[in-house]
Amino acid sequence: MTEEDKILEEVTAAEYKYGFTTDIESDKIPKGLNEDVIRIISQKKNEPEWLLEYRLKAFRSWEKMEEPDWANINYEKPNYQDIIYYAAPKQKKKLESLDDLDPEMKKTFDKLGISLDEQKRLAGVAVDFVMDSVSVATSFKDNLADLGIIFCSISEAVQEHPELVKKYIGTVVPTSDNFFSALNSAVFTDGSFCYIPKGVKCPMELSTYFRINEAGTGQFERTLLIADKGSYVSYLEGCTAPMRDENQLHAAVVELIAMDDAEIKYSTVQNWYPGDAEGKGGVFNFVTKRGICHDRAKISWTQVETGSAVTWKYPSCILKGDDSIGEFYSVAVTNNYQQADTGTKMIHLGKNSKSTIISKGICAGKSEGSYRGLVKIMKGAENARNFSQCDSLLMGDKCGSHTFPYIEVKNKSAKVEHEATTSKIGEDQIFYCNQRGIGTEEAIALIVNGYCKDVLNQLPMEFAVEAQKLLAISLEGSVG
Amino acid sequence: MLSIKDLKAGVEESQILKGINLEVKPGEVHAIMGPNGSGKSTLSSVIAGREDYEVKGGSISFEGDDILELDPEERAHKGIFLSFQYPIEIPGVSVSNFIKTSLNESRKAQGLEPMPAGDLLKMMREKMELFEIKKGYLSRSLNQGFSGGEKKRNEIFQMAMLEPKLAILDETDSGLDIDALRIVANGVNKLRSDDNATIVITHYQRLLDYIIPDFVHVLYDGRIVKSGTKELAHELEEKGYDWIIKEADQC
Ligand SMILES: Nc1ncnc2c1ncn2[C@@H]1O[C@H](COP(=O)(O)OP(=O)(O)OP(=O)(O)O)[C@@H](O)[C@H]1O
Ligand SMILES: [Mg+2]
Repeated sequence: MTEEDKILEEVTAAEYKYGFTTDIESDKIPKGLNEDVIRIISQKKNEPEWLLEYRLKAFRSWEKMEEPDWANINYEKPNYQDIIYYAAPKQKKKLESLDDLDPEMKKTFDKLGISLDEQKRLAGVAVDFVMDSVSVATSFKDNLADLGIIFCSISEAVQEHPELVKKYIGTVVPTSDNFFSALNSAVFTDGSFCYIPKGVKCPMELSTYFRINEAGTGQFERTLLIADKGSYVSYLEGCTAPMRDENQLHAAVVELIAMDDAEIKYSTVQNWYPGDAEGKGGVFNFVTKRGICHDRAKISWTQVETGSAVTWKYPSCILKGDDSIGEFYSVAVTNNYQQADTGTKMIHLGKNSKSTIISKGICAGKSEGSYRGLVKIMKGAENARNFSQCDSLLMGDKCGSHTFPYIEVKNKSAKVEHEATTSKIGEDQIFYCNQRGIGTEEAIALIVNGYCKDVLNQLPMEFAVEAQKLLAISLEGSVG
Repeated sequence: MLSIKDLKAGVEESQILKGINLEVKPGEVHAIMGPNGSGKSTLSSVIAGREDYEVKGGSISFEGDDILELDPEERAHKGIFLSFQYPIEIPGVSVSNFIKTSLNESRKAQGLEPMPAGDLLKMMREKMELFEIKKGYLSRSLNQGFSGGEKKRNEIFQMAMLEPKLAILDETDSGLDIDALRIVANGVNKLRSDDNATIVITHYQRLLDYIIPDFVHVLYDGRIVKSGTKELAHELEEKGYDWIIKEADQC
């Protein structure tokens, strides 16, 4: 091993810092998946008949589907009959305020570094915290309600605003869209719901924290976000999972609807447990995220992905409206034996629709990272524009990065540009930093943050700081 | 302050430095000249602790401590600064962020708190004035797209911010225009004190008209073959290196 390799090996070996479990009683149903399990979930959640039907329909189409294996990832496929599909933390009574929160759960918040009180005070962030499957705390709801904004768990929305849920759920990601979305549609237990009324600019960042706690549970959140005409919302999603030996499945579906002139910013920082240095354990993250833009609407996806053993994720935009805009900004870090196959799809239907894709991959250890992007310009998308830039940064020579751009253009007036680069952190750069008193670990963090700047700049301030720390944590650790 | 004794260093097969002796005392300015490839940059890299070079013999001590076992950043924390002959680009990292990180890492090593943002800004402004650096410059990516001269000026700006005890300027004058050379040299002179020392590596006598050296050394084939005062630099300017090389080869 050369000196450089040794340094890289050391600094890229970091332990997962969020590995702990919360010791709270939980209400689980037995393992396995069949129509009865779905009926139990629906019944436990006191759902209307139409939703049960929706779930069953999804389940029936899922049964006929094959798990996809076209992504550039290798993993042992989960045994879907060996998963617990419903685990709710047992709460004695419904929470009146955050002070009523289970002390154990409060500790979890604290360890995550998102003490709700803090967040409430400092950032003015409304947090909807989803542990395992049930949303346990929503703050700031009243302030938002004054503006007509609905921000609650999807279960609550099903009870309180069934007409909205019924109207929009499954309209962007149909139940039969893909294997994981069908599974999610059948068994989702919770997630967030948000509706911004016409012309309302949501005055604060809306935020959700997901966390997988119970061993052997899969997490299937469902997020539905509707920005009515001329409205604006910025939504933050953060994810962590404690250390677990067996792989845990996470198959979420996120649907965004941006009506005419609306704008949605959706930011994710994901650091599910990536497995240990030998590649044991870790979360399987199979997520379907898609948004639809009507006339002059804009959706920006920003993601910083540092966790999970296996990630399969392509936040996409359907640019249906004329002059609509889709953006995708992504940083994906893989280390040790992590595998990520992520990217985006931009489907241009409307005239003058524009999309921008900035993808920054960082690979360390023996990991594999792939960018997979589809830019599809349909016949009617007169003057559509796309710009894609896909960069990869390699640390050491045992990792791999791959780029799979797919471009389909059916309208001659369209312009599509694609740029790609691959680079390494140079020994020169590290020595230069060292000479200025910056240790190797710090130097790598600095260089990596610089490399990701275009993406990090898209994140709201507090989130960007957190993302920088996460990048540092996932790439560093033991030097010094 | 800096004491180098019989330093031998090189890469795998080839020996580059073949027994260097150099004493630098506080307050002094030493100039090192010498033909291309004679080992000037290698010497500065070895002092700074670059691991590409293996030290095969001799010693380097700084303020009485043997520094050969120290990491480059630890040497930097002790107050050794190297202005690079070829400064490195770091995309996406702004000049101000880099300097802030650099300064605060050194402070941390000395057990100090990070410098308050206000003080830092004030200090940056002062030093920018000293080197006539334009405003928008702080937010640019470090050295990326900088002209040759801008890169050099940026090195000296960093030096001014870090206030090192020993500064090694490796051909900082190359690439500077006539005005920039004067500005940089004046700045360096202003920063001189009885407590710090400077080693300037240069090919041109002209710089030494501005930064007046106490000693001039000629490095040739990994050895200091001649030392003298500033008159030596004039002599070299006139006659070139041939006569020294001949002298050296005769020994
Ligand atoms: N990392 C390295 N690997 C191999 N050879 C090297 C290395 N570094 C320096 N050398 C060689 O050592 C010799 C001295 O190089 P150095 O850069 O120190 O010269 P210099 O005196 O600074 O020259 P210049 O005036 O051109 O800047 C050269 O022959 C160079 O090719
Ligand atoms: Mg040189």
